[in-house]
Amino acid sequence: MAKLSKEEVKHVAHLARLAITDEEAEKFAEQLGKITDFAEQLNELDTTNVEPTSHVLPIVNVMREDVAVKGLDRDVMMLNVKEQESGQVKVPPILED
Amino acid sequence: MTLFERSAKELQEGLHNGEYTIADLTNEAFSRIEKLDGDVQAFLALDKENALQRAQELETIPTEQRGPLFGLPIGVKDNIVTEGIETTCASKILKGFMPIYDATVVKKLRDAGMVTVGKLNMDEFAMGSSNENSAFKTTKNPWNLNRVPGGSSGASAASVAAGEVPFSLGSDTGGSIRQPASYCGVVGMKPTYGRVSRFGLVAFASSLDQIGPITRNVYDNALLLETIAGVDPNDSTSADVPVPNYVASLNGDIKGLRIAVPKEFLGEGVSEEVRQSVLAALEVLKGLGATVDEVSLPHSKYALAAYYILSSSEASSNLSRFDGIRYGFRAEGVKNLMELYKETRAQGFGDEVKRRIMLGTYSLSAGTYDAYYKKAQQARTLIKQDYDKVFENYDVIIGPTAPTAAFQIGQNTHDPLTMYANDILTIPINLAGVPAISIPCGFDNGLPLGLQIIGKHFDEETIYRTAYAYEQATDFHKQTPQIWEGK
Repeated sequence: MAKLSKEEVKHVAHLARLAITDEEAEKFAEQLGKITDFAEQLNELDTTNVEPTSHVLPIVNVMREDVAVKGLDRDVMMLNVKEQESGQVKVPPILED
Repeated sequence: MTLFERSAKELQEGLHNGEYTIADLTNEAFSRIEKLDGDVQAFLALDKENALQRAQELETIPTEQRGPLFGLPIGVKDNIVTEGIETTCASKILKGFMPIYDATVVKKLRDAGMVTVGKLNMDEFAMGSSNENSAFKTTKNPWNLNRVPGGSSGASAASVAAGEVPFSLGSDTGGSIRQPASYCGVVGMKPTYGRVSRFGLVAFASSLDQIGPITRNVYDNALLLETIAGVDPNDSTSADVPVPNYVASLNGDIKGLRIAVPKEFLGEGVSEEVRQSVLAALEVLKGLGATVDEVSLPHSKYALAAYYILSSSEASSNLSRFDGIRYGFRAEGVKNLMELYKETRAQGFGDEVKRRIMLGTYSLSAGTYDAYYKKAQQARTLIKQDYDKVFENYDVIIGPTAPTAAFQIGQNTHDPLTMYANDILTIPINLAGVPAISIPCGFDNGLPLGLQIIGKHFDEETIYRTAYAYEQATDFHKQTPQIWEGK
């Protein structure tokens, strides 16, 4: 795997929903390139037939009784919402007009 | 001189004898903070009015209903939500965020009668090893104000080391409790993954994060872990494993304890002073009747790379919730929703957080997933197997917590990779999910060094027993920084 190009960094930034300037893309390309280069050492490992670990404990399917419990009040949940109208969260236009 | 020189037990005796009240102890925390925090810069938010009111209320509870931590003040890392106290994760993107519920651990502190005095600085979203990644302030090491306190729970360790509070909570994803505990000369425990509920801990890397206690001695640490541990219906990754009475096993007896010392932990990159202090500690433990053998954890060198891929991948997903819509900072002057997301995140996150979000996004992308994310998960399996194997024949694994003493502020900020290397001895423990503690074991030019004791899954008990025996035989934990006396 080669170093990351500026264009790749811009693409990744878009996927991650981060606005990025040309200058930043260049800086991050260099830094991320170094980190991915470093990560290349994992290729020294023979991982044939090695199961991936996503979680260290053998916990599966944590069940609970199917009983309704009261959640938080809507008024409380709206306390941190910057823009709201009639008890609903307000966002800018989703589609360009 | 401060009352916080005393252990929890001694503090309780003073309360019991009427030497001081709970309000006095609460006031002591605020007066210490007022006196010292201009230098240490540990607290992001204080909750004085509520804390003092609570102290009054606690006063009315009869003695027989009080536990060992009742009435004692504590500081909480700012990535643990506290109802009604601003919680920011030291990030601009959460500036002004008021949690509407308490984390399970905060609720448990309250149930135990502890008094939360405020929120502690950290590296933004717990990403960092020095507290220099905080969006608001750089916490200083109380032993030398030109040095970092470590990170990401740097202020949790610094506030205890400076005697501003006798207890704090931190969180540890790759060493974030243990490395600052080592740098600040205090006791910090990263419990077994699943031991403590993560409900209300703002997630960084969900398969690695654990909340844990930071204190001035081992006994108090065990008391505090016992208080916050246990299964929680609100966190399905918390384990339904009984929580032992940890302090009951603290008898100083470690005869026959089998200690493994991995040669990888004392090799390249570890300073001579650190190496010598660990070797001396092993001699102390041998003198107490333990046996010491050298072992190998052959995949240790791959832990750092695997950790950065896995933790960043999980972070890229976890941090997608910060979009400016429901809480926190929201960018202004945007045309549409996509721009709102992008501008809010670009203006709200610092560079280290952005780097890791991008690294994670890249690792999880089509075309790189197998080469990075899956490969790192496989490396994690091999690392975990190393630990399982050693623990077949040994009770604890011991080594240094960090390769050096605390470094200078600004020394490692230019290159992310050299900063990451500070966590090389703590990261594998999170990947394996096992518990580990850092306790003071020496000094290098007046800066504290830490000994790391690693145990089997859910065997914090043996770690505490070992740490306590060592602590009783040494006096490193009794030393305080000059700032303690108010300079």
